[in-house]
Amino acid sequence: MKYNEEVIEEVVAQVIKEVMKQRGVEQTTQSKKEDYSDAKVATKGTDPKEVVIGVGPGFQTKIHRTINGLDLQQVIDEVKAGIEEEGMHPRVVKILKTSDVCFMGLEAAKLSGSGIGIGIQSKGTTVIHQKDLYPLSNLELFPQAPLMTLETYRKVGKNSAKYVKGERVTPITVENDPMTRPKYQVKAALMHIKETECLDEKIPYIEWNA
Amino acid sequence: MKRSKRFETLAERPVNKDGFIEEWPEMGFAAMHSPYDPKPSIKIQNGKVMELDGVPREKFDFIDQFIADYVIRPDRAEKSMAMDSLEIARKIVDINVPRKEILKICSGITPAKLAEIICHMNVVELMMAMQKMRARKMPGNQAHVTNLKDDPVQLAADAAECALRGFSEEETTMGVARYAPFSAMALLIGSQVGRRGVLTQCSAEEATELELGIRGLTTYAETLSVYGTEQVFVDGDDTPYSKSFLNAAYASRGLKVRFTSGAGSEVLMGQAEKKSMLYLECRCLFVTKGAGAQGTQNGSVSCIGIAASVPAGLREVLGENVAATLLGLECCSSNDQSFSHSPMRRTARTMLQFFPGTDYIFSGYAGEDNYDNLFAGSNFDANDFDDYNIMQRDMQVDGGLRPVREEEVIAVRRKAAKAVQVVFKRLGLSEVTDEQVEAVVYAHGSKDTLSRDVAGDLVAAEDMMKRGITGIDVVRALAEGGFEDVADSVLNMLKQRVVGDYLQTSAILDENFKVLSGVNTPNDYMGPGTGYRVEGKRWDEIKAVDNLIRPEDF
Repeated sequence: MKYNEEVIEEVVAQVIKEVMKQRGVEQTTQSKKEDYSDAKVATKGTDPKEVVIGVGPGFQTKIHRTINGLDLQQVIDEVKAGIEEEGMHPRVVKILKTSDVCFMGLEAAKLSGSGIGIGIQSKGTTVIHQKDLYPLSNLELFPQAPLMTLETYRKVGKNSAKYVKGERVTPITVENDPMTRPKYQVKAALMHIKETECLDEKIPYIEWNA
Repeated sequence: MKRSKRFETLAERPVNKDGFIEEWPEMGFAAMHSPYDPKPSIKIQNGKVMELDGVPREKFDFIDQFIADYVIRPDRAEKSMAMDSLEIARKIVDINVPRKEILKICSGITPAKLAEIICHMNVVELMMAMQKMRARKMPGNQAHVTNLKDDPVQLAADAAECALRGFSEEETTMGVARYAPFSAMALLIGSQVGRRGVLTQCSAEEATELELGIRGLTTYAETLSVYGTEQVFVDGDDTPYSKSFLNAAYASRGLKVRFTSGAGSEVLMGQAEKKSMLYLECRCLFVTKGAGAQGTQNGSVSCIGIAASVPAGLREVLGENVAATLLGLECCSSNDQSFSHSPMRRTARTMLQFFPGTDYIFSGYAGEDNYDNLFAGSNFDANDFDDYNIMQRDMQVDGGLRPVREEEVIAVRRKAAKAVQVVFKRLGLSEVTDEQVEAVVYAHGSKDTLSRDVAGDLVAAEDMMKRGITGIDVVRALAEGGFEDVADSVLNMLKQRVVGDYLQTSAILDENFKVLSGVNTPNDYMGPGTGYRVEGKRWDEIKAVDNLIRPEDF
């Protein structure tokens, strides 16, 4: 009986695979993954003026726009500009060991010469983190990616730099739209699934030229 | 194609702004059942579970092992598992079979069996099941109390109003996480002004939340998240064992704890392992029970956008609430997150818990306008208070709230805001001006209040933690500042921590700090004429809405 059940399950799996193919649903597989074996593993910075921006594993390879359509290059440019405006130095790394925004931000902070880091998921969710905080704590969190604008990303850069300088920082005004979930949660799930498929268990993080 | 005006009109309806997706079990987009869900099975040898739902012990992941070793009663498993799932489902809706007997049967089943039992019931049968299996005799309700500015004065005023309106528990969280100490303190003070005995919680990063609890600034915690697949646990640096330790850390300090889980979280994390949402949630509930938590906040919770996007998603949500009660857990049944643009759809979703009554129908009814709700919007908010009261009256149902008069609301809001002002002053925290208090008293939300010096508040909040300020300091500040009655209430809440009776399943406190739980007021529903009935004083209270037509006016 058990043998038969296994056969049935296998057949079901095959059928579903075919159906999904016909429906045109993208089946990302291991073979399609980016090869980072030649990439430069990111190292801990020594510059006390540094802010490290940790981007998600699918950033600019599998995903090119945030959940509300912002171009990821522009996002990075704005964050960097914000950091530079305050006289600090941005460095971008790609996190490959986790796609959780808080853990990404913490990894970035630990790599940062100043201990301040930013985590940005490819769908746009962002956190400002500090190396000695608990993973799920943060300096500032922007959980509703659909509400993010390029202007907000610039402010994220600026505020992160201000934390480096030890200023008395006023956090960016919190925004909230109660209809974000009904509008975007399914899309968020699909984007996160895509990003999580890009995780690489061999390399934790690499330098990223963006 | 020439557009039909009918279809053009329908396309503009709010429901068509919601997101829907076909079932896709490979990625976990399946509510009640996935073709990859395991068949229920168990093998017991020498009092030990050697096989669980088709997986032999040597292939257990840590969730299987935890469930096998700490949850399923080996002495009852073979008998319970030998019963047909359909027969168990029928016993559950049979008014002649007492709740205790069902609990006994379910203490010997596996997660896959639990899912199978739930799948046999339609929504009306699931509501019947909830009416009978809910742990506490009378239902209850919980409020979210938050605002966009993290303004502690507004928090206190809203907490007082919500307590007056009947909520038994209040939960807050922050836009800026570092506000947590202020938020916890403001909620504690405000809640006791509105109605003595309301339990409060400050949802924050786990270590911070525990610290606030140990200091006596909160009385319960509910955001200890568990998941149905090993990988999601691992990604969060967690295991069922670490959650058990955290649970014990709270409980040993006299803090009430419930866990959180629900449909769609594994999908959202991209780690559903092709299983249905219901089956994964059943695993979560077994972990919750094994970790020693008295209850759960479940019903998809913040992932409701996922559950509601698939067929039978909302049936699954009620199904997992019922699953919790079958394991004898307190069920705080979600309804706490916006999921639809359609007022009809969001009301229908809530009626599934509202009609049978759950331990807490909402695990966060927004006690403020949803624009101020920092849990990204609840399914019902402050603008729905009157609708909710009328629905209680229409159906003669106890949804946990009551109509209130404007003058009494203004009075408790003022008292709460002033109490916070005094405590801030006496504890040497940041300034609360008279103008701020006045604006908050009459405000609907943070758009009507004055802005605070956020950077200054954050420095003071950090200082408050560094100085080791606790609930006792709050009691002293209240008493010395002329709020002896509020001081007395807060002190009583601290005493509860030492007594510990409210750690029992489904416990709430009445206005005399008397515990009402599944142990001393258990649900004894066995059909018409039994169980909780809306009558007497409580029915008079529900009937007394404000906007009545008076015959003498004509």
